[in-house]
Amino acid sequence: MSIGTLRSHGSGTTDDVASLEAGLDALDTPSRTTVPLLSRLRRSVLPPIVAVLFLLVVWLVLVALHVKPTYVLPPPSDVWATFTDYWEKGAVQEAVWNSLRRAFVGFAISVVVGTALGLLLAQSRFVRTAIGPLVSGLQSLPSVAWVPAAIIWFGLSDAAIYTVVLLGAVPSIANGLLAGVRQVPPLYLRVGRVLGARGWASIRYVVLPAAMPGYLAGLRQGWAFAWRSLMAAELITFSPELGTSLGQLLQIGRELSDMTLVMAAILMILVVGVGIELLVFAPIERQMLRSRGLTTGSAT
Amino acid sequence: MTLATVKENQQWAVADVPESDVAPAILLDRVTKRFRGDETRPAVLQDVSLTVAEGEFVSLLGASGCGKSTLLSLVAGLEKPTSGTVAAPGGRAALIFQEPALFPWLTAGQNVELALKLRGVARKERRGQAEHLLDRVHLAGQHGSRVHELSGGMRQRVALARALGQEARILLMDEPFAALDAITRDVLHDELIRVWEETGLSIVFVTHNVREAVRLGQRVELMSSRPGRFVRRWTVDIDGPRRIESAGVAALASEITEDLRREIRRHAAVPRVKASS
Ligand SMILES: Nc1ncnc2c1ncn2[C@@H]1O[C@H](COP(=O)(O)OP(=O)(O)OP(=O)(O)O)[C@@H](O)[C@H]1O
Ligand SMILES: [Mg+2]
Repeated sequence: MSIGTLRSHGSGTTDDVASLEAGLDALDTPSRTTVPLLSRLRRSVLPPIVAVLFLLVVWLVLVALHVKPTYVLPPPSDVWATFTDYWEKGAVQEAVWNSLRRAFVGFAISVVVGTALGLLLAQSRFVRTAIGPLVSGLQSLPSVAWVPAAIIWFGLSDAAIYTVVLLGAVPSIANGLLAGVRQVPPLYLRVGRVLGARGWASIRYVVLPAAMPGYLAGLRQGWAFAWRSLMAAELITFSPELGTSLGQLLQIGRELSDMTLVMAAILMILVVGVGIELLVFAPIERQMLRSRGLTTGSAT
Repeated sequence: MTLATVKENQQWAVADVPESDVAPAILLDRVTKRFRGDETRPAVLQDVSLTVAEGEFVSLLGASGCGKSTLLSLVAGLEKPTSGTVAAPGGRAALIFQEPALFPWLTAGQNVELALKLRGVARKERRGQAEHLLDRVHLAGQHGSRVHELSGGMRQRVALARALGQEARILLMDEPFAALDAITRDVLHDELIRVWEETGLSIVFVTHNVREAVRLGQRVELMSSRPGRFVRRWTVDIDGPRRIESAGVAALASEITEDLRREIRRHAAVPRVKASS
């Protein structure tokens, strides 16, 4: 070992340096501030509640002014009555369950397919030039356009519905992942290589985590598209064998010219879609951004 | 100095190397490097030869853009030389980058653990080893800290711990302390020298800061730019503890600064590449 031959040129006592260092570290470390739960809730929950109340008031005023006859614009109380009526019949629960189940299954398949496709696009220049524009183009094609084709291929079945959901969600997820991968700083790839990450290890430990923000944005958009596509598909692939669903409630409302049912269904679709977004995606995204220091922890 | 003198010679030519009884850790032999699309200008590195002995601490000085980072990339295997040979008989090289290069999705400790994992250290040993490595750079207890919660100096110490976790015998450092304030840099100089003495690593330390080069290195190499090559070398022979403000350091630093200035002025005399209309 050559250490013995080396000339020491440290600057002095180690204690000196250690205490200086400890002082610097203490000065430099930012203090973590936590905002109490109550005020955090007040800041994030209060505004939407105010907005909803405002819309309700506008609705009530319009009804009171008799802008339209009540069979066109029913009052909130009638919509609520229809909702509880269907709830007691068990139709609401069944519809929400059926639609959510399809959305989850469809979204899960979309995640697998979209992620594989996104990785393929990111890794292979040939694939990217060949089908990259097509995948982006699909994103702007309303997936309801696929419903007739899906029905011709698969009949009035779950398969037709899933086809439409996949065609809606997969392009967003693939594109999100691709965008995420392309934004990975080259420095990270170099660091990975110096640390010995090659091939799959580089993808697994460097590329994918670094691409996470873009990927999550893609997943979030993919969910919105999946939910939207599902409603379009359920509305059109109307068949008693498929069971009650939210889209089907819309269709029933239309056939019965029952505006209260139509509005109740629309509100349920909104609530479920927004609910998943708020309960699943928003916290994951916030957590990711915060752990990477991309937001200031307390400000919401 | 012209393109015609670029050689494809693959033989060792060790004439330029200071006689040393210690085995070499890094050998660069008449290395030329040019990047694609950059053929009109002189090479980034031209016919560069360099030997770093096992356990040696070499400082590399040169003006901005003279190819210092490129040289380290070659040694680390991130780039291939256009001609000539790069060999690291000392084994794999760890590299600490100019920019803060910790992964922000991992904690400080997990960054270190990733180096261990990629080296094949068993899962249950990683945690302990990472904590030990953090302790070595006086960051015990920071295992769970998020990268963005650490100061610049602490980040570079984590990067140092991560590099040590690679168990490489060669440590390449690319202006690692350039963005730090003077006191922090001072502390890290001590830290680095301590680690070097404990480990016997071979270190190539790139810097713009002449005093830093003298403060740390056993040898200072001065590079010219375009074409990049080594133009002068100093052996740092200062007795006793060194500090950035030591008289010995200051004296040698001003001598080297003179040369560095001359080297940079030389470029003003050379007519620039003809500007297109
Ligand atoms: N990937 C690349 N492609 C083309 N040119 C490059 C590339 N990397 C570096 N260069 C060029 O090579 C030259 C040397 O770059 P390098 O980064 O090695 O210099 P440096 O000495 O580290 O500079 P600094 O002190 O500013 O860090 C520069 O002129 C730069 O423009
Ligand atoms: Mg550089």
